[in-house]
Amino acid sequence: MGTAAIVLRLAWRNLWRNFRRTTIMLAAVVVGVWAMIFMIALMRGMVDDMLLDGIRSLPGHVQIHHPNFRDDPTVNNLLPSPDEDLIAALDRPDVVAWSSRVRVPAVVMSERSSRGVTLVGIDPAAEAAISFVADDMAEGRFLEGPEDPGLILGRRLVERLETEVGKRVVVMTQDPDNEIADRGFRIIGVYEAQVASTEEAYAFAGRDTLQAMLGIGDQVSEIAVLGLDYRAVERLYQRIDAAAGDRAEVLPWNELDRYLSGMLGMMDGFVLVWIVVIFLALSFGLVNTLVMAVFERVREIGLMMALGMKPGVILGQIVAESLMLLGIGLFFGNVLAWVSIQPLKGGIDISVVSDGMEMMGVGNVLTPSLRAGDMALATVVVLVLGFLASLSPAVRASRYHPVEAITKA
Amino acid sequence: MHAVRCVNVRRVYKQGDEDVVGLDGVSLEVEEGGFVCLRSPSGGGKTTLLNVMGGLDRPDSGEVWVAGERIDTLSKGQLAHMRLHQIGFVFQAYNLIPVLTARENVEFVMQVQGVPTAERRKRSLEILSEVGLDGLEDRRPAKMSGGQQQRVAVARAIVSNPAIVLADEPTANLDSNTASHLMELFVELNQHHGTTFVIATHDQMVMGYARRLIRMRDGKLVEDIEQEAA
Repeated sequence: MGTAAIVLRLAWRNLWRNFRRTTIMLAAVVVGVWAMIFMIALMRGMVDDMLLDGIRSLPGHVQIHHPNFRDDPTVNNLLPSPDEDLIAALDRPDVVAWSSRVRVPAVVMSERSSRGVTLVGIDPAAEAAISFVADDMAEGRFLEGPEDPGLILGRRLVERLETEVGKRVVVMTQDPDNEIADRGFRIIGVYEAQVASTEEAYAFAGRDTLQAMLGIGDQVSEIAVLGLDYRAVERLYQRIDAAAGDRAEVLPWNELDRYLSGMLGMMDGFVLVWIVVIFLALSFGLVNTLVMAVFERVREIGLMMALGMKPGVILGQIVAESLMLLGIGLFFGNVLAWVSIQPLKGGIDISVVSDGMEMMGVGNVLTPSLRAGDMALATVVVLVLGFLASLSPAVRASRYHPVEAITKA
Repeated sequence: MHAVRCVNVRRVYKQGDEDVVGLDGVSLEVEEGGFVCLRSPSGGGKTTLLNVMGGLDRPDSGEVWVAGERIDTLSKGQLAHMRLHQIGFVFQAYNLIPVLTARENVEFVMQVQGVPTAERRKRSLEILSEVGLDGLEDRRPAKMSGGQQQRVAVARAIVSNPAIVLADEPTANLDSNTASHLMELFVELNQHHGTTFVIATHDQMVMGYARRLIRMRDGKLVEDIEQEAA
C-alpha cells in the first residue's frame, strides 16, 4: 500500500512537472477521444437509421412464413390464419405489435403506364406500429381497415404511372390456380419513404380485400412481429418459433435481411478499427512524451533504485503516469463528446448529400447515436493500448543500472 | 558482528576499449558502529568500493557481506530489498527527489518499506528536527540551500536505522562551514545511534573526523590506520 501510494504520488507530480508538455499531450488525447466518440456516434446514427428504416420497410423483428415462401414468394405458399397457440405467443409484453399480411407480386396499370410491384395486403391498424406506411403518408388518406377497397402507392410509382390520388388503376396478379386475378383500385393515398426506391417497390391494399381478390380465404403470406429492441430478438424469436411449429419458417430480421445484419456487424468492427487508428496516431505523441520524461529523470530513477525501489515499481510508476494522462484525457474527451452531441440530438440535415446515400438506406436527417457501450469501449481500448504503448519507455527506465543512472550528467 | 566485510573483491570495468581495474583484491572489515573514511586520488577505487559494499555494483570475484548476509550473489530484486533495509546512501550531489518535499523525501524509504503513515510521519519529523531542519519539512529541494538538501539526504539515509551509511564525497558541493556542520552531524549520529559510517572523500577536513582512515590506490588498500577523531 505504501509503495502504491508513493508510486501514484510520484506519477501525479511528475506528470505536471512539465506543465506545457503535459497540457499539449492532454489536449491531443482529449481531441482524439472526442473525435473517436463523435465520429462513432455519427456512424452509429447512420447505421441505426439504415437498420430501423430497413426494419420498418416490412421485415419487423421476427417474421413467420410458409417454409417455401422465401424461395417462391407467391400466393402458392401461404400460411393459415394464426391459431390459438401462436396468438398466445404473440400476445405477450415483449411483443409491441404483430401484423399478418398477404404479399404477392403484381402489376399496377394506369391509363398511361404499368409497373411491377410487390402488392401487400395489410390490416392498417396492426401495421401502423410495425411499418413505415401509416407514418409516411404524403397525400390522401391511409387505409381505414383490412376490408378498405382503396390502394396506397409510393410517390415515385405514382410519378412513373403518371397518375394521382383519386384515379383508378388496375392491379393484376395470379391466384392459387395460376389464373389471372385482377381488380380495379382507386388510389386513396400516396406515401413517401425515406428511401425513394421503396416508393416504387410496394403498393398497399386492405388485407381482406386482397384475400377476396385472390380467393385465398383467411390465409396470409407472412406474419411480422415487432419486439422491444432489434438488437435483442433471440428470445422472442425462439418463443415464436416454438409456437409456430414445423408448418412455418420463423426467422429473425438479421437472418431475413443479411444486408442489414451485415451492416450492423461491419459497424461494430468499424468502431474498433476507428478507435485503434485514432489511438495509433495518439500513441506516437504519448510514447514521445514518456520517453522524454524518462530521459529527463534518469538520475532520479537511478536514485530511487539505489534507495531500494525495485525495477518493477519503477516500471509501474511510468505506466501509472501514462494511464493518469490518458485517464484525464479520456474523461474530458468523453465529456466533450457528450456535450457536443447534445445539440445534435434533433438530427443533422444531410439532404445536400442524401441522394448519394439513398442507395444505402440513409435518409435526409442524420441523428448521432451516442452509446455508453461505445464510450466504454473507447475508454477500455485507449487504456489497454496506452498501457502497452507505455511499456517500452517504462521497461527502459526499469532496466537502468543504478550506478550508471545516478552519475548521468 | 561486522557491518561490512569484503573478501578479496575484484572489479574490472570497461572504459572505452580498455579494461580498468576498479578494485584489485580488496579485503576489508568494518565493525558495527565504525566511522571509516576511504581516501584515494581520483580513480583510486573508493567510489567503486562503496558501490560494491552498497549492492549498487557487483564484484567480478570475491565476497561481500553486509550485516551478516552475503550480497554479491543476490538477484537484482534481492539487492534492492537489501539496500532498502540495510543501507543508507548519501551522494555527492544531493540527489533528492525534486517533486517531493523534504519530509516526503525522508519518508520515501520508509514508505517503500511499508512503515505505517503515522509512524513514518513521526520519525521523519523527529529526524528532520535532529538534523536542524525544523520548519522546512514542506519545502521542495529547489527551495533549499545545498547544505539543507544534504541534511535532508542524511536524514533520509539514517531514518530507517540502516546497518551502514555509505557517503560518497558528501561535502564536495558544500562550503567549509556547512561541511563541518554536516560532519559534526555524522559524528553525533554515529555516537548516539551507533550508525556505521563509511565515507569516501579526499577532503582532509572530513578525514579528521574519522576514527579509521583507509587509503586506496589503483584499486588496492595501501594503508589502514586507526586515529583519534577530531
